[in-house]
Amino acid sequence: MIRIQTEDFDVGAEIAALRSGRTDIGAVVSFTGTVRDHAGQETGDITEMTLEHYPGMTETELARIEAEAKKRWPLQASLIVHRVGTLKPGDNIVLVVTASAHRDAAFDAARFLMDYLKTHAPFWKRESGPSGDKWVEAKESDDAATTRWSRNNAAG
Amino acid sequence: MRLLYFAWVKEKVGHAAEDVEVPGDVATVAELIAWLKTRGPEFAHAFERAEVIRAAVDQTHARHDAKIGDAREIAFFPPVTGG
Repeated sequence: MIRIQTEDFDVGAEIAALRSGRTDIGAVVSFTGTVRDHAGQETGDITEMTLEHYPGMTETELARIEAEAKKRWPLQASLIVHRVGTLKPGDNIVLVVTASAHRDAAFDAARFLMDYLKTHAPFWKRESGPSGDKWVEAKESDDAATTRWSRNNAAG
Repeated sequence: MRLLYFAWVKEKVGHAAEDVEVPGDVATVAELIAWLKTRGPEFAHAFERAEVIRAAVDQTHARHDAKIGDAREIAFFPPVTGG
């Protein structure tokens, strides 16, 4: 399942909802991405983060990535929640939850979903701080993390 | 054809969306960028480093050599930074 929203999410409540009424799940993995207050070494240089996205394409792209994960691993459930709008340091940004009968599939699928989300889902971050506003630049290490998965059967 | 701009591409162009009549000889994303750059200094500035700009044709990621065909919507944006 995929949700794009401005409001916060509750990790515990999301996992409970995903597991509700099911006894076939043996492993649940969750990843939560949060707003840091620093871009480099110095703390406190980010006071606000604004997330922009491409409505329509974002949902399509996330659904495609989720479908690819379900093809690769025996997942019983998965969830991607991504916030947009203006956030503060410490706020939640993204939640990925994967559930499977065994831990390997849940761990690997969660990592795969995050790696692909970071390089394919059309979101853009702008950081604000004492020295002004700045669009966050994409990292080559994120591309490398995604390329790792495309050795067998690329998702995109 | 509807054109959309996001993040710093939008800021440099000065607006988020527009409907344009694209000349018939513009066949690829790269040619569309080249044509856009002739439309004014704000476009020349926004697409100055065209190689870093990503495109989506009808909401699907597309390379610069992709054909635009009879696409309804083409978007231009910097490399994505979500997550």
